[in-house]
Amino acid sequence: MHLHFLDPYQPRNSPVHALDARLKFVLTLAFILTVSLTPAGAWPVYILLLALVVSAEVLSGLGIGYVQKRALLALPFVLAALPVIFTLYGRPLFSLPIGGWTLTASVEGLERFVSVALKSWLSMQAAVVLAAATQFPELLQAMRAVGIPRLLVAMFGLMWRYLFVLVDEALRLMRARAARSAWGTEAGKRSGGSVAWRARVTGGMAGSLFLRAFERSDRIYVAMLARGYDGEVRALPLPPLRAAGWFLLAAGLTLFGLLLIFAYAFWG
Amino acid sequence: MHHSIEIEHLSFSYPDGHPALRDVSLRIAPGEKVALVGPNGAGKSTLILHLNGILRGEGRVTVCGLPVEEKNLGRVRAAVGLVFQNPDDQLFSPTVFDDVAFGPLYQGLPPAEVERRVTSALAAVKMEAYARRVSHHLSVGEKKRIAIATVLSMEPEVLVLDEPTAGLDPRARRGLIHLLRDLPMTMLVSSHDLAMVRELLPRMVIMDEGRIVADGPTAELMKDEQLLEAHGLEKM
Repeated sequence: MHLHFLDPYQPRNSPVHALDARLKFVLTLAFILTVSLTPAGAWPVYILLLALVVSAEVLSGLGIGYVQKRALLALPFVLAALPVIFTLYGRPLFSLPIGGWTLTASVEGLERFVSVALKSWLSMQAAVVLAAATQFPELLQAMRAVGIPRLLVAMFGLMWRYLFVLVDEALRLMRARAARSAWGTEAGKRSGGSVAWRARVTGGMAGSLFLRAFERSDRIYVAMLARGYDGEVRALPLPPLRAAGWFLLAAGLTLFGLLLIFAYAFWG
Repeated sequence: MHHSIEIEHLSFSYPDGHPALRDVSLRIAPGEKVALVGPNGAGKSTLILHLNGILRGEGRVTVCGLPVEEKNLGRVRAAVGLVFQNPDDQLFSPTVFDDVAFGPLYQGLPPAEVERRVTSALAAVKMEAYARRVSHHLSVGEKKRIAIATVLSMEPEVLVLDEPTAGLDPRARRGLIHLLRDLPMTMLVSSHDLAMVRELLPRMVIMDEGRIVADGPTAELMKDEQLLEAHGLEKM
């Protein structure tokens, strides 16, 4: 059994895909930082940022629809910002009487909420483009290149490598259960057992999955030892960035900087 | 001249007290290709783990002239390439290249040499085109070949394989047998696949309950129906 759908990478032949992963990683982080630093209510800046990320979507050949569908994942987190409409003091917009309480929405609160929603939507899109246009191993290299501790990067790598193996293992367990979950032949007898019994079976499966993962980690460690692992994480040095890459990096960072200055000058 | 593998009076018990090896002695000369057979739980895998010091029991283990002890572990692990049964345990890196480069990197080789080792190891298992692939998406047979490449890149003197043909379809199995036949190094192969043993490995060591119960030319031992049956093996 095999799982492919977990891997967000979408192979395409696009300039975004071909771009050095280190550049993509740094620019995406810088974009998300810019988005989160932009003050609430700086609508023109949000529109400019949206234009940027949508251009990346179109350039990458992923299509706006694909990215939007994935970006919806951020929606539940936006709901967490909903109370801000009522908790921020300002010009009252409307009031909601709930029992003995009255909730008053303010214009400032609404503005803040819409800004938070926009920010998470924009950041999510950037992250989706990065993940869909960069192979994960390259992303790991990029993380290492920008100085994220090697041990942490190695852990990301192992997690990503074995996530698939674990999911496969869980699917096999569930398939084995399904294969033996038959209907009784006696008429009128309910099959499936009691809820408590089924919960126990599921608990046992979770436990056995944990044990298998635990034992596997042991075997992996032994396999690493056998090839000389000594606790230090090592990797080959990466090729230096080319001049065009440096130029793109500088241009991107300057643009983000200018956008921020613009935003703070008028709305800060 | 030293032996590739020299084991003298090796005994080992797991922490729960279960004895896995009892007074095992074995010598393997350079270039020899030896099969290690016996029922499940006979101690084959335990013995293999002693060959590069992952487990250490009582007795003496010497590999390529180096006693297996703490100060030699680095050199011992470079000299003995261990290929584990489940390639998913052995291939732990994000890409095939990273996995094959792991051993040479830990030997502290310069980048150009690491690249050369990876290229030649992948060429030896005929998987050159797979360097940038992600291990998870490969078939079992492909993973097995890559797993062998991950130790070939360390250029070991001795290759130790645990159940190399387990779980392979006939074509992948055949390919693997040809691959092993063409590798020149000393080889110790633990297996239940007696047909492969007969074809590939002229010497056979039978283990049962932690002991070596027979050691001799494969062709002769294979004829001894009583011996095979006593240790849970079937005559071919």
